[in-house]
Amino acid sequence: MAISLLLISVAMIALSGVPGLFFGRRTMVGQWIAVGMNVIGSALGAAGLVIQYLHPELSSAVEFGWALPVGRFAAAVDDLSAVFLVPMLVISAAGAIYGLGYWKQSRHPGNGRKLRLFWGIMTAGMMGVVLARDGVLFLVAWEFMALAAFFLVTTEDRKPAVRRVGWIYLVATHVGTLCLLGFFALLRYATGSFSLWQRLGDQTPAAVAIAIFVLGAIGFGLKAGLMPLHVWLPGAHANAPSHVSAILSGVLLKTGVYGLVRLGMLLEHPPIWWGAVFLIAGSVSAIVGIAYAAGQRDFKRLLAYSSIENIGIITIGLGLGLVGRSVGRMDLVVLGMGGALLHVLNHSLFKPLLFMGAGAVVHSARTREIDLLGGLGQRMPRTAALFFIGAIAICGLPPLNGFVSELFIYIGLFKSSMARDSWIWVALAAPALALVGSLALGAFVKLFGVVFGGTARTAHSEHAHDPGAAMIGPMVVLAAGCVWIGILPGGAVAFVCRAAGMIRWTGAEPSGGLASYVPLWVITTLSAGILVISAMVGLWVWKRSKGNVRTGLTWDCGYARPTARMQYGGSSLSQMIVDLFSWILVPRRWMPKLRRIFPGSSKFRSEVPDVVLDRSVVPAFGVIERLLATIKVLQRGTIQVYLLYVLATLLFLLLWA
Amino acid sequence: MMMTIPIHLLFLLVMPPLMLGIINKTKARFAGRNGPPILQLYYDLFRLMRKGMVISNTTTWVFRAGPVITLGATLAAGLLVPLGALDAPVGFAGDLILFAYLFGLGRFFTTSAALDTGSAFEGMGAAREVTFACFSEPALFFAFLVLARLSGSISLTPMLHSQLTTPLAALPIASLVLVAVGLFVVLLAENSRIPVDDPNTHLELTMIHEVMVLDHSGPLLGIILYGAAMKLFVLSAVVLHLLLPVQTGWMAIDWLVFFGGMVAISIAIGVVESVMARLQLRHVPTLLVAASVLCGFGFILMLR
Repeated sequence: MAISLLLISVAMIALSGVPGLFFGRRTMVGQWIAVGMNVIGSALGAAGLVIQYLHPELSSAVEFGWALPVGRFAAAVDDLSAVFLVPMLVISAAGAIYGLGYWKQSRHPGNGRKLRLFWGIMTAGMMGVVLARDGVLFLVAWEFMALAAFFLVTTEDRKPAVRRVGWIYLVATHVGTLCLLGFFALLRYATGSFSLWQRLGDQTPAAVAIAIFVLGAIGFGLKAGLMPLHVWLPGAHANAPSHVSAILSGVLLKTGVYGLVRLGMLLEHPPIWWGAVFLIAGSVSAIVGIAYAAGQRDFKRLLAYSSIENIGIITIGLGLGLVGRSVGRMDLVVLGMGGALLHVLNHSLFKPLLFMGAGAVVHSARTREIDLLGGLGQRMPRTAALFFIGAIAICGLPPLNGFVSELFIYIGLFKSSMARDSWIWVALAAPALALVGSLALGAFVKLFGVVFGGTARTAHSEHAHDPGAAMIGPMVVLAAGCVWIGILPGGAVAFVCRAAGMIRWTGAEPSGGLASYVPLWVITTLSAGILVISAMVGLWVWKRSKGNVRTGLTWDCGYARPTARMQYGGSSLSQMIVDLFSWILVPRRWMPKLRRIFPGSSKFRSEVPDVVLDRSVVPAFGVIERLLATIKVLQRGTIQVYLLYVLATLLFLLLWA
Repeated sequence: MMMTIPIHLLFLLVMPPLMLGIINKTKARFAGRNGPPILQLYYDLFRLMRKGMVISNTTTWVFRAGPVITLGATLAAGLLVPLGALDAPVGFAGDLILFAYLFGLGRFFTTSAALDTGSAFEGMGAAREVTFACFSEPALFFAFLVLARLSGSISLTPMLHSQLTTPLAALPIASLVLVAVGLFVVLLAENSRIPVDDPNTHLELTMIHEVMVLDHSGPLLGIILYGAAMKLFVLSAVVLHLLLPVQTGWMAIDWLVFFGGMVAISIAIGVVESVMARLQLRHVPTLLVAASVLCGFGFILMLR
């Protein structure tokens, strides 16, 4: 029952963009149909998930053969798939509604239909990935998802910058797919069938297990955007339309995380270095990702780098869970995996919220440059308030949802610090996470403060205004989700706990859920307490000062006429952080040279380009291109030569056989 | 037990301004002055509460919410810390993380409120505040790791009382000394004291905390001053556990010991402020990294 509903949902969402193709370029009918199909499809899927959650004992698998020579159609839903399906359903529907205001067909006759077609296909592909129980089906769904994402990223393919990031994404995703081909082939070799996700037996040779782990980690890590495999991510997220960035960052990256979770579950007792790899990759991604974010000048690139950070935090949680399994500590498994999965849910709420806020800003103020925005808090009060909620949540601050998931991971790390064993180094991730938290605060204070605080720096920001209900509505829903999980985490915690509980081994002592480690009601009470006390103090101040409040210019130690250009900009705000991390960020600055006594006008520019992309990947691909050029000799362009190649190959095969 | 909660609240709500009075008195005495009365901050707070406000016309609700939420968060953090030998009113496994992140919440609101004015000075203050926090937070967490490992608990009350419950011979004295020094530096940095920041200077280019609140006036400024004093009180109470692990068993005497300890810490801060110069801004991260390294060494020494 559950799986049939979900498959109907997949089909409905996959086809949601198709009817629109038969309508005119300027009519909105097709878009409304697409939104309707997305919403209904998501509702059906949600109904399936509810059934699965309430009646886990009912069969939730379907399987039949197909015409392809390999693999079969096998799909199922379990607790782990459900955790990843929720964001897909929520964000695809919310994003489609947001698109009604943000990417109107009547405003974008050229590419609106294409966007909606691939929106549906990508969402369906992602759902297929987590539902698939057959390696071949998985890869098919994976490629649908990856290619549709390429077309979504390149929606505005007339812009050269968009085409460039599109190519980088395409190359990156295919490198990942290549690894996954090897991964599934080896999995087939080790288990004897394509059906997923059965454990590798104890007799699996160590070399095969290592190869499976490495290929899987690279393949899924590329999709998740772990450093240094993140090269495709910032550009793609920044240049796609904002609701596409929202679903890419909030949901698509999570399919990589899903793969990493399944990868970790392949062995009953994984060697401890698996967990170590996850912990190190996670910590590096989190710290370096957020340091990059702090240095960005582009609104959406900042958000994209912060996704790398959040994936890092999730991976730290997964690593903790893996170590817990290796050393036989179920509490660490539940805390690490549960925290990571909860963070998956949380990140898929606040990151799309932030990207949608970014969309509203870009839509209205016409620029993504943080230093050109400003003063939007007065002009876009609703967007500002919603963005503020998202920013607090993503910094992991109480009383919102980001705090709850980080709390579980922290507790797991602190518990490991008490171990009397050799794996105590796990605890070092706790100070790393603290560093990440404070860097994230720096990045998001910069983003919020410069964009929404102060005064407008350009005419477009001067006349910015809040978007309509179609764009605000989905943001309200997502922000409400952040508050809900933050203040009343019980439901979401129980939901991810069931999935984390799947990751047990035979003979493991049963563990209470996450809730048994933290009294959630204390969080609820304290969060409510802070809000109530602050509200009371605020009311008191307000009543006291009523009638006695004057407004004036910003004092600023006595400037009579402050101007917008005298404000502190985003680059200045992050300059200290960037300087302190310059050994890894390698920022570039163009300083004016002051020569004469009365120097003329000059310019200063600074930016933080992606070191991995610019200094290693691009040069490496240049070398590969030159090497491959030598093979080009074979490509003569005349049909006779190619026929000769065919003949030679056939002869060779005949002789060899 | 029931009596400790009202007394805890009383201390938390009433004592913070006194600490600043003592610090200022100490500094004045070092300078050969008489200085303001010890209760000066109380007078200031009452005066500010009666005043009107001037609010910049660039600001939004964030500017007004900043001080209020910061105070609320600091108050909540104060409920998690045991004062002296007595237990904290609120405690649960993992409250240390909530404790650290509540200060983060306060920082988010303070710096956002500062940026809301669009003032360049306040922007500089916000930039310094968020940057220096990146170095003091790891120090705090290394210190927590040491205490967690020592006490086998992840709740602040047992963690900070672990020196009372562990026999002297089993105490890792070296680790605790390192952590105490590291945390004292964090205390100075988080509360914008010399050598990190000079609360008395009016040279805006070099300030951190004071410069972020330039535009707040009247009751809002009063709330900020009160909240800052409370933050000093709460963090000092944490450090005091490492410096003065004493438990007598009589509640009244324990409270007296605590009070005496807090006065002593205030004097110590005053002495540090009197005998040291403010560091150059670019040297502050070095100091804070040193604090993290000290606490990190403390953790490594625990691994035996």
